[in-house]
Amino acid sequence: MWSLIQIELYKIFRRPRTYIAFGAIAALIVVIQLGLKIDGDAYAGFLMKDINDTLTVDGKVLNGYLICYILLQLLLVHVPLLVALIAADMISGEANLGTLRLLFSTPYSRTHWVIAKFIAASIYTILLLIWLAFLALFVSMWIFGTDDLFLMKSNYVVLIEQSDVLWRYVGAFVFASFSLLTVTSLGFLMSSLSSNSIGPIVGTMSAIVFFTILSTLNIPLFNLVKPYLFTTHMNNWKEFFDIKVNMDNEAIRGSILNIAKIKTSILVLTLHIILFVTASVIIIKKKDILS
Amino acid sequence: MFGVFCYYYSMAVIKVENISKHFGTLKAVDNLSFEVQAGQVFGFLGQNGSGKSTTIRMLLSLIHPSSGNIELFGKSIQKNRDAILEQVGAIIERPDLYPYLSATEHLQLFAKVRKKKIEASNIQNTLEKVGLAGRAQDKVQTFSLGMKQRLGIAIALVHNPSLIILDEPTNGLDPQGIADIRALIQHLAKEEGKTVFVSSHLLSEIEQVAHQILIIHQGKKMVEGVTKELLDPEKRIVQIKTTNDELALASIRTGSFGKYILPRKEGIHLKLPTLEIALLNESLVKAGVAVLGIETKNSLEDYFLQITSNA
Repeated sequence: MWSLIQIELYKIFRRPRTYIAFGAIAALIVVIQLGLKIDGDAYAGFLMKDINDTLTVDGKVLNGYLICYILLQLLLVHVPLLVALIAADMISGEANLGTLRLLFSTPYSRTHWVIAKFIAASIYTILLLIWLAFLALFVSMWIFGTDDLFLMKSNYVVLIEQSDVLWRYVGAFVFASFSLLTVTSLGFLMSSLSSNSIGPIVGTMSAIVFFTILSTLNIPLFNLVKPYLFTTHMNNWKEFFDIKVNMDNEAIRGSILNIAKIKTSILVLTLHIILFVTASVIIIKKKDILS
Repeated sequence: MFGVFCYYYSMAVIKVENISKHFGTLKAVDNLSFEVQAGQVFGFLGQNGSGKSTTIRMLLSLIHPSSGNIELFGKSIQKNRDAILEQVGAIIERPDLYPYLSATEHLQLFAKVRKKKIEASNIQNTLEKVGLAGRAQDKVQTFSLGMKQRLGIAIALVHNPSLIILDEPTNGLDPQGIADIRALIQHLAKEEGKTVFVSSHLLSEIEQVAHQILIIHQGKKMVEGVTKELLDPEKRIVQIKTTNDELALASIRTGSFGKYILPRKEGIHLKLPTLEIALLNESLVKAGVAVLGIETKNSLEDYFLQITSNA
């Protein structure tokens, strides 16, 4: 199995297309960081305009931690589309190229190949996330420095001590890996259904957009299915940045307000991953390889 | 391994029993049976769309048969797929490869999926065997169709398999390339004792290398036999070219040569004893037909055309 994973990784990283996502993330982050470096004070002022009369904040609001939070809010919605470029092409791309029959006539079962391909696509996804984390968190910390994390929520503010922030980002990135692996497995399922490259990529992106809209709409009928949609749970990394407070309304260090929500989300996402990959294996096993 | 080796020299390497494959209402392969003995070059002939590639894909378990059994090395391919395919090398239809990898990288990659270790020297030797040693480090996207075909064959050979399945291996090759592949097939069978299953619609290529042939048409077996026996050296197929084919045909039909006419869509073809060719010419001239030429043939291609045009 390790040989197959090595082969799949080798193929992924020999293709120029693979680096588009890395380049796109780097370009976006650098542009945003540059903009905030040049005009960050104005942006911070805009963020805090509603509370400036009631609250005085000392220190550096626009620090590396806040920049990373802003970047994640912006990018974690779009990274799935970049993940789909590779994941949705893993099987259908080979079918389109005609090389799938070469792989499937080797002394490894189709199940082995499909699982190896999924693991390779997952490694790619995780590397993309690590790249994102490096640029969004560590480079931002280097450029903007660190301080307490001050977040504006819809009807309250959260202030997290500087020393209590980093582990939350680790948690958020681990959570994000589940979200992105769900997208990887969805792309994989789409890929197993088709023999061309474009269809599964567009299909995966369309499915994400479709279910995201369903998750966002507040219609009673949709509310019944929302808890079971992966898109409802994908953005729950933000829960790591909601903190419990004591009776005096002071933040409790090291706490998470709704840890059960995070656990439920990880469970739902994991079940989706298992479902999508299992379905891919069954489809490929039954399929006649005609390409 | 020892079991496979002993088996290899005693029984059929490929045994196909009554396999059929339906795609909806289309019968791609219809109740096909045949056997390939160890050390043979087996020619699998058929026009495009006759069911050759579907059969080969079933041999490699790429397509699930609708019915029937396939045994390779005496074991069911459905039940012993992985162990069997360790002993098989194949190219299937077009030489589709990874454009961003080099020839050497392709062989390294496919050597990795074999359970036995394949040395770097084997990779170099295989590239030399197919005439690609000089382009070993070049990316496939710079290769011609013929070079891709050679690399496809190299991938099939790199792990030194006992059974080699080549689907249309001369597609895209120039005359020298075709001759090279023909020589390679003969070498693999004669010198290395491999069993070679080779399909083609280029029948003239098959007749020069195959010990045994099977002709398939519309998914059905039309004929199977030893190549030499299927070719009858006592009789020749002739194509007559005249200025007036209608008059020539009428003359042949009314005379003693009528029984030799072969049903063909175009041209006048007869299969007749060699000694009667001159008499045929004489009778046509006497009937007032201007004979432009009599082309004699005695190849498997004519045999193939005869079989398929009668179907």
